[in-house]
Amino acid sequence: MQTIISPLLVSHRLSLAPSVPRLLNNHHRAPPSIRLSSHRSTNSLRLFSSAAAAAASASRDSEMATEDVQDPRIAKIASSIRVIPDFPKPGIMFQDITTLLLDTEAFKDTIALFVERYKDKDISVVAGVEARGFIFGPPIALAIGAKFVPMRKPKKLPGKVISEEYSLEYGTDKIEMHVGAVEPGERAIIIDDLIATGGTLAAAIRLLERVGVKIVECACVIELPELKGKDKLGETPLFVLVSSA
Amino acid sequence: MFAAENGLKGDPRLEAISAAIRVVPYFPKKGIMFQDITTLLLDHKAFKHTIDIFVDRYRDMQISVVAGVEARGFLLGPSIALAIGAKFIPLRKPGKLPGKVISESYELEYGHDRLEMHVDTVEPGERVIIIDDLVATGGTLSAAISLMESQGAEVVECACVIGLPEVKGQHKLKGKPLYVLVEPSELDEFC
Repeated sequence: MQTIISPLLVSHRLSLAPSVPRLLNNHHRAPPSIRLSSHRSTNSLRLFSSAAAAAASASRDSEMATEDVQDPRIAKIASSIRVIPDFPKPGIMFQDITTLLLDTEAFKDTIALFVERYKDKDISVVAGVEARGFIFGPPIALAIGAKFVPMRKPKKLPGKVISEEYSLEYGTDKIEMHVGAVEPGERAIIIDDLIATGGTLAAAIRLLERVGVKIVECACVIELPELKGKDKLGETPLFVLVSSA
Repeated sequence: MFAAENGLKGDPRLEAISAAIRVVPYFPKKGIMFQDITTLLLDHKAFKHTIDIFVDRYRDMQISVVAGVEARGFLLGPSIALAIGAKFIPLRKPGKLPGKVISESYELEYGHDRLEMHVDTVEPGERVIIIDDLVATGGTLSAAISLMESQGAEVVECACVIGLPEVKGQHKLKGKPLYVLVEPSELDEFC
């Protein structure tokens, strides 16, 4: 398999962070660890204090974890993510979060940023998409007092399931959830490491909505904005820490 | 070794954890009583107890790496890693990890499978615990131990929520200690 041994890994002891941010950002001169919005992002406080404003937000911008002042934790998180070219196939620049998980401060900060955002929002369900959503979801669920609900590929869950189909580049796939895991009226967030085309998250939203759950937000560590995944999410807002153009 | 025999005898948390695990008969095939931990994850208190017990055990053991076996080890490992200040390393099925990997094969009932790990993630001498939801034959955990040892790491212990009868009386796996919280839950009239 084609690989690049990143110098990032050699220095991957606990607190050594390389000075070069790892995000691929050929087109911006701005610090690549945040995406400077050419559109206005809604301030995170405003998003939750005014549901009307959120619903009316015509610019379907992903909520960035920072607004006017960058949270100092974001740069470290962004720089801890490794990019692997041509995986799983030529032309794809794969955003590898395993290096983030090796950086104890960056991983702790990642979870803290999500927990801070959701802890007072009456969220009773954190749904995480297999398999990398399983890494971020449970720590968040534990910290905010919510249950964790895994959303899995077909035939992995042992009990009775409901499933939702979604499109791939070629063909379709399915995502499943246990019947009875959630109840109508519960408030949920859906977690994954990354949003690309948005197909998986859109399917997860449909699955939860079918059983009467309100999805408060989708939350990802990384967004690939050029793939416009947030457009697939309908009314559901998207929150990301890092945008990789 | 089971937690109840190792300092947690009578701990009510163990009963809560056991009660929260659902048994699904005949999954994935006849004869198997599948131990479903998704119901444990729905029970916030019981899930917290699970993590707390592992964290209390490992926090003062200078563990710098928690390795979790895909996919259910991912549900447990990161929370433990975060609480004890360790790195989390995912051990995955073939073809999932994007960078350079090492791999180890292990036996299934019929055939083999492989477990992979990124290179350059552990340093020689680092102290590691390996987490999975359940240990049956120990094949997967053995492969995980081999991967870690091939990189010069020291596996301090393997830890699982559930241990099947095959492991009772066995305190070690490939010479490494095994720590298990509960025995398999039984089917009761509510299932």
